[in-house]
Amino acid sequence: MFNYTFQWKQALARLPQMLDGAVVTMQVALLSMAIGIALAVVLTLFRLSGSRILSGIATSWVEIARNTPALFQIYMAHFGVASFGIHFSPWTSLLLGITFNNAGYLAENFRGALKAIPDTQARAGRSLGLSELQAFRFIVMPQMLRISFLPMTNQMVWAILMTSLGVTVGMNTDLYGVTQDLNALTFRTFELFAVAAVIFYLITKVIQLGARLLARRMFRY
Amino acid sequence: MIEIQNVRKSFGALEVLKGIDLTVQNGEVLTIIGGSGSGKSTLLTCINGLEPIDSGRILVDGTEVHARSTDLNELRQKIGIVFQQWNAFPHLTVLENVMLAPRKVKGMSKPEAEAMAVKQLEHVGLGDKLSVYPSRLSGGQQQRMAIARALAMSPKYMLFDEVTSALDPMLVGEVLDTLRLLASEGMTMICVTHEMKFAREVSDRVAFFHQGVMAEIAPPAELFGAPKSPDLQKFLAATA
Amino acid sequence: MFDTALSANDLIFLAKGAGMTIFVTLIAVFFGTVLGIVFGIFRYQVGPVIAAPLTFVLDVFRSIPLLIQLVLANAFLGMVLRLGLSGLTVACIVLTLYTSAYCAEIVRGAIESVPQPVRRAARSLGLSWRQDMTNIVLPLAIRVGLPSWIGLSLGVMKDSALVYVVQVTELLKSTQILITRLQEPLLLLMICGAFYFLISFPVARLGGYLEKRWTHD
Repeated sequence: MFNYTFQWKQALARLPQMLDGAVVTMQVALLSMAIGIALAVVLTLFRLSGSRILSGIATSWVEIARNTPALFQIYMAHFGVASFGIHFSPWTSLLLGITFNNAGYLAENFRGALKAIPDTQARAGRSLGLSELQAFRFIVMPQMLRISFLPMTNQMVWAILMTSLGVTVGMNTDLYGVTQDLNALTFRTFELFAVAAVIFYLITKVIQLGARLLARRMFRY
Repeated sequence: MIEIQNVRKSFGALEVLKGIDLTVQNGEVLTIIGGSGSGKSTLLTCINGLEPIDSGRILVDGTEVHARSTDLNELRQKIGIVFQQWNAFPHLTVLENVMLAPRKVKGMSKPEAEAMAVKQLEHVGLGDKLSVYPSRLSGGQQQRMAIARALAMSPKYMLFDEVTSALDPMLVGEVLDTLRLLASEGMTMICVTHEMKFAREVSDRVAFFHQGVMAEIAPPAELFGAPKSPDLQKFLAATA
Repeated sequence: MFDTALSANDLIFLAKGAGMTIFVTLIAVFFGTVLGIVFGIFRYQVGPVIAAPLTFVLDVFRSIPLLIQLVLANAFLGMVLRLGLSGLTVACIVLTLYTSAYCAEIVRGAIESVPQPVRRAARSLGLSWRQDMTNIVLPLAIRVGLPSWIGLSLGVMKDSALVYVVQVTELLKSTQILITRLQEPLLLLMICGAFYFLISFPVARLGGYLEKRWTHD
């Protein structure tokens, strides 16, 4: 049927190397999510602070993250900051770029979630003597994270997919980077990237399944 | 002792409190009645500093609530408040709802806070609902939980803002019983309410608010038995 | 920073890249939306069991990096089928399918958001399936789906930055070429970022406005 001989064995022989790459991909994505969530909470607090400067910083961050390509953000973290004499490794640049993106999108999700939590919740907390920050920390934030759980799962999947962009700044230890290097050695482009695609697909499914199980355990109310 | 001296408060152009003077003695149960928009609920939120006031003073045990130097978070530990909407924290179990403030505000240890929470929940009749989430409770049970939550801070004063207004008529009784229990134990209470029978039964004094002014204040027998102002007569006739 | 080696020719080069970004985006959004509507209605109409194969394929497009989709399509069409398509054609095909996968999800969600009683009422008045779709479902579903669709279109524009991998020189690739030549990354990236931002931000605002307005009535 095809004038092409598929050589799957060649690609599968490289599976261990690719799985090592998949581990790096997951590490970067998980780390960027953990830092991204923390930063998004800070950005949310900035927006709630009533300070013009702080909410200006937060809004700029969110809008730039949402209105420019993720690849642009990674370029900025790599080539852009190099103009200031700061030279990050590909790994760091990729992490920074994805984290910036995650934080921006998540902060916007958090803002939407906050609208669904009545003001009276924080007020009830304040009336018990909790400080403003405590009321946020113990009453508002847990509910905010609960409402944002599905968007956070989606963002996690995005973070996995975004790791593939690291190759543009010279990353070669993640799944995409490893596959690209193997391709340069063997020229089995289709087979190698097909295997990589299957691995990516499985990772996202595992994340979605894991998130569902986690949600069932965490949110019993 | 809670002293309210010539307190004024506006929302935009609308003046909701037009110079209120009122003193509540320790151990006293004061109920406030009046039509909607009479300012009675606003006064409660001013007493624990959730709302700022425009002029006048509110003193709680001699501490001026709205003074800059006052630590409101500390003061609020003395003053419990329960709202019409019970505001259960949906992500916490009944026990955790009640334990939260003692732990985070008073810095109680976990066993200490838990013992306090269990005691207060048993007090309001929810001893069998400790590990349930609020969404599983009826409105009346959630409101009693809110009362236990406030009591767990061992407040000296309790403010109740129309705590039965959002409840099904069937569930009003259990909450009023809880309030009666507190009153009989000597808690100093200010209750804004529409329940005239309750006001008549438990109050030491009843105040009638009308259009931002405290129109009358008297022991219940006197206020309900011989209302002086035409406004109060009209109000009582309408609610009877 | 303003003392720059950037020439008018370079700016024209960037503008061409921007033109390519817009071209690829418009093609992908147009055909992707048409396909997405077909897929979305199909999935809703036949139910989850029969639609399962389609659902799976569309999900694959949303679960694999676009970069890999482009490389795979390029390799498959070029090396396996030897079709000799241009990189631009491959880019448009992949982005179209990619868009349709997300669009189908939006369409299905929007149709499902129309309450069943409303539709039953329409059908009980004697409206045909087609009349029900065009007169009842469509106007209601558009309100739900349009803000997300605007978001999707902007997403496709941003994701189109990846078609460089099949040798299409769009805006970000043009920028990178100039960075290599002129060694002025910050200035060039700022120009490039500003271009994306100035298109995306106002449109995103419009989407947010529509969403707010329509969810209130």
